[in-house]
Amino acid sequence: MSQFQQKVELIQSEVIAAGIVRLTLSAPDIAAAAVPGQFVMVQTAPGLDPLLRRPFSIHQVSSDGFLQILFKVVGRGTERLAQCRAGEHLSLLGPLGNGFALGESAHACLVGGGMGIAPMLFLASHFLRQSQVAVPPRVILGARNSEELVPLMGDFLDLGFEVLAATDDGSFGYHGLVTDVLKTLNLTSQSTVYSCGPRPMMAAIHHLCQNQHVPCQVSVETVMACGMGACLGCAVPLRAGGYAHACSDGPVFDAGELLWSL
Amino acid sequence: MEPVNVKMDELDLRVSIGNLELKNPVMTASGTFGYAREFESYVQLHRLGAVVVKGISLEPRAGNPPPRIFETACGMLNAIGLENVGVDRFISEKMPYLSALGVPVIVNILGDSVEEYRQLAERLAEAPGVAAIEVNISCPNVKKGGVAFGTDPQMAAAVTEAVKQSCQLPVIVKLSPNVTDVTLVAKAVEEAGADAVSLINTLIGMAIDLKSRRPRLANVIGGLSGPAIKPVALRMVYQVAQAVSIPIIGIGGIASAEDAMEFMLAGACAVQVGTASFVNPRACEHVLDGMVTYVREQKLESVRDLIGALRIG
Repeated sequence: MSQFQQKVELIQSEVIAAGIVRLTLSAPDIAAAAVPGQFVMVQTAPGLDPLLRRPFSIHQVSSDGFLQILFKVVGRGTERLAQCRAGEHLSLLGPLGNGFALGESAHACLVGGGMGIAPMLFLASHFLRQSQVAVPPRVILGARNSEELVPLMGDFLDLGFEVLAATDDGSFGYHGLVTDVLKTLNLTSQSTVYSCGPRPMMAAIHHLCQNQHVPCQVSVETVMACGMGACLGCAVPLRAGGYAHACSDGPVFDAGELLWSL
Repeated sequence: MEPVNVKMDELDLRVSIGNLELKNPVMTASGTFGYAREFESYVQLHRLGAVVVKGISLEPRAGNPPPRIFETACGMLNAIGLENVGVDRFISEKMPYLSALGVPVIVNILGDSVEEYRQLAERLAEAPGVAAIEVNISCPNVKKGGVAFGTDPQMAAAVTEAVKQSCQLPVIVKLSPNVTDVTLVAKAVEEAGADAVSLINTLIGMAIDLKSRRPRLANVIGGLSGPAIKPVALRMVYQVAQAVSIPIIGIGGIASAEDAMEFMLAGACAVQVGTASFVNPRACEHVLDGMVTYVREQKLESVRDLIGALRIG
C-alpha cells in the first residue's frame, strides 16, 4: 500500500454553495494510489495553530493526477482551507484508510447525505469504469436544500447517472429523508448499499438494510489526530464490544459491525 | 536525505541513558508513534535514537468511549484510555518487527497496582529485543483509592523499586507534571533505583462545548499535549535537573531541533517527540536534521556539549 507525505499545489478553489468549498489539487502520486472511500489528511496552516491535520474523504481523482476534496466550513481549519488560493501549496498525507469493498454486486446503490456526498462521486466514477457492471448504480443524494444539493448533483448527472434527490426543506426533489427514497427501491440481497452522511442517516439506512437483508457499507466520519493508526483517537464502537479505529480499520465498515444505538 | 546521513557519521550525536547507548538523542514519545510500523511509509525508522512504544498493560485494554481527542490552541487533549494490545500480543505480534529495526526499543508500561508493574517488567525482561523500560506512573493506583502513582513520592518509589527488582533492564520513570513539586517525585524514584527520568507526561485539562454544554471528551478530562505545554515542560526539566543526578529525557511540545536543544540546555540528555508526529510523521527526523545542522554550524565537538549548558546570571 503506497502512502505519501507531499506538498501539493492547489489548482482551483470553488465555492459550490454558501460555506461549501471544493479544492482541486495536483497530487499525482496520491491520486494514482487512491481507491474510493479512502481519505487524506490535510495540513490547514503552516504554523502551530490550528495544529492538527484535518481528514477529508477523497471526492474525486482524475487520470491526469488531480485530486479533489469537498467540505463545509465548520471551524478554524476548514475556514483556513477555504481561504487558500490557486498556486498555494498544501501538505497532504495519503491515501489513508480502507476504501469501499467493491464486489460483484449487480445492483449497487449509492446514498450520500450532505458532505457525505463527497466520497460518492469517486465511487460512482469507479463503477462507470467497471465495464462489467451491467446495471448502473442507483444514486440517492440528500441535503438541507436545493442550494446545497443541486451543484453537487451536477457532477453525477455529467457522468450520466440518474439521481434521486431529497431535501430537508423540500426545495428540490423529495421532501424528506434519503431513507424514504431508498425504501422505494426494490433492494434485494443481491444489492449493495454504499452510504456516507450524518450518523442518524447512516443508522436509519443500516436498519432498513438489515431488515431487508441487504449488504450495507458505511463510511464514518470521526475526529482524528494522525490518520494512520497511532493516536487511537478515532474510536468507533463495535456491536461486538470494544472499538475499531476509523483511520486504520475504516473509514468504511460493514454497517452491521458497528454499534448504532449509542 | 542521503547526504545528511553520510555527513552525520562525522558528527558525534551519541548520548547515554545510564548504560543504554543511543546513536542520537531523538526518540519517539509513547502513545504517539504506535508500534513504529504505522510510520514505516514515511520515516526512515533506523535513523531514530530510540523508539518508545505505546504503553503496555498486562491485559489488553479497549480504551475509552469517543470522543477521545479534542484540539485546543496549539495543542490537543486526549483521553484514549490506555488502549493497547496487552503484553502477550505485544511480545508475539509487535516485538519481532520492532527488534528488527536496529534501533533501541523502549517499552512503556502501565498498571493498576505495584504487582502489575512487577509482572510486566518480568515478562519484558524475558522478551528479546527490549532495550529499556519506561514506567508510566500517571495511572491511578486502584488499591490506593485511584490516586495516581505519579502524584505520591512513596507510591512512585514503590513502583520503581518493584520494576528494578524484576529486571536487569535500564528503567526510565516517566514523571507526571500534575503535582505541586515535581522534584520530590524525581528524587524519590532516583533513590528507589531509577536509571533515568523522562518528563513531562500530559497536563490534565478540559474543554467544554458551549452549544451542548457538554465536555468535549467523553471522559470529561484528558491530557494536554503539544506545543502549548512546552514552557511548562521546560521549567520542570530544569527544576529536576537541579534536583537529581540521573539522566533526564525531555518531553513536552517538541516539534523542532530548537525545541529539543532548549530541553538539552535545561538539563535533558535526550528528548522525545510526541504530538508533533501526528502532524508530521517525519517530525523526529526533522528534529534530528536540525540538530545535525546546528552541531555542525556551531562546530560543537559533540551534541553532549549542550546538556545542562544553560547560562544563568
